[in-house]
Amino acid sequence: MASDAQILRRTALYDRHVAAGARLTPFAGWEMPVRYGSIVDEHLAVRRACGVFDVSHMGEIETTGPQAADFLARVLSNDPRALAVGESLYAVLCTPEGGVIDDGITYRLGDARYLTVTNAANHEIDFAWFGEHVGDFDAEISDAAARYAMLAVQGPRAREILAGLTDDELPSRRHVATVSMLSHDVLFCGTGYTGEDGGELLMTPAHAPEIWDALLAAGVTPVGLGARDTLRTEACLALYGNELTRERGPIEAGLGWCCTEASGFVGSDAVAAARAADPAEKLVAFTMDGRGIARAGDAVKGGGVVTSGTLSPCLQVGIGMAYLPADHAAVGQAFAVDVRGTLRDAVVASRPLVSPNKEN
Amino acid sequence: MADQHYPSELLYHPEHDWARVDGSTATFGITWYAQDELGDVVFFDPPDVGKQVTAGEPYAEVESVKAVSDVIAPMSGEIVEVNGALADAPEKINDDPYGEGWLVKVALSNPTEADTMLSNEAYEALLS
Repeated sequence: MASDAQILRRTALYDRHVAAGARLTPFAGWEMPVRYGSIVDEHLAVRRACGVFDVSHMGEIETTGPQAADFLARVLSNDPRALAVGESLYAVLCTPEGGVIDDGITYRLGDARYLTVTNAANHEIDFAWFGEHVGDFDAEISDAAARYAMLAVQGPRAREILAGLTDDELPSRRHVATVSMLSHDVLFCGTGYTGEDGGELLMTPAHAPEIWDALLAAGVTPVGLGARDTLRTEACLALYGNELTRERGPIEAGLGWCCTEASGFVGSDAVAAARAADPAEKLVAFTMDGRGIARAGDAVKGGGVVTSGTLSPCLQVGIGMAYLPADHAAVGQAFAVDVRGTLRDAVVASRPLVSPNKEN
Repeated sequence: MADQHYPSELLYHPEHDWARVDGSTATFGITWYAQDELGDVVFFDPPDVGKQVTAGEPYAEVESVKAVSDVIAPMSGEIVEVNGALADAPEKINDDPYGEGWLVKVALSNPTEADTMLSNEAYEALLS
């Protein structure tokens, strides 16, 4: 095995991961837990009860100032000027040509204070992109990535368990507020990347181990990035680098709902043109019909490509997402994928592939 | 999942395969280390009976949640049987890699290849 000379960054929870028996893997310059034991078991723990993910590798950009919202409306596809304090929105960052630079959630923390969470691999690109545009506005940006550790706590029992760690009321889904957890200020975001209810907790890195320990003591299962990927695939949530790239726009990715072209963001003209023209390809969810698992990059017979593919631990069948020709992208449409030289059958399925568990 | 172990009656290949040689036939499988590296095995794509396999060359695919991997033949010969139970229960490769998780049986074309394979002790030394 080739040695990797790259110096990997470690999160505040690195020692906890090692103690929990994590298999660590390089990910976007960080040494991150891919799994502690079985990906399937970790996945099912999130669907049935509650899991915690260390996602401290994700970045944050803080935007402040009188024109903070006007500035963000320039660089985000979705209009933050309509947000009330404590609300959030999902958006993509577009190139002038309408390709996707990154995707992420922006939270309004105060009257003139916003926090945008970025993907680890794109954080520095995003910050530079913000920096290219902020000069036109009475607003300031700061790279807040080093200020926060981030834990995602997800699953049907997540809220009940989190409520046991604070006397404050937890904000509802898609809302954000500071709560006191074990006497530490935690920014609680009612968001996630699994399809389940729960929260994403931002905190001072030094406080993260204590909160991690309290969650595990409450019975929460530590979950690695392996299950994070299978969970988001079942939920049909796009991953940058797979479904989203600079070569594709948000309309074909099915993200037209988070694009407000009227707000005049960078790339809005191209997005408006794509919306008017109807894209040649559309992103779909699919299940395999029979054995085999299509993987990212596998070609679709007759045109198109698989962008994500895995076994679904809940459905026990291969699932994924793919770009298909728009006239062959309806739910129920059968197609064939070249899986390492063997054509295997798949069928377009409705999204999400697995719905959140509301039994509890 | 079974605890880490490497039975002394088996022969090992550095690509993390084992062979149980019985005269001119052998049973092949993957080692505890290999199944642990893969994680949950969800799909085993066996070769056809009658296919010739060559020592050091891939002869089958084993797929985990995250990725698909080639399985390397530890010795050369002709496939005479595949473990059909793995079609519905590929997790046997994780649960019992030297028993119910066996992959194929092979009529050996060159039994002297056994001389180049590793003992359990030599294989474990390779892992450490």
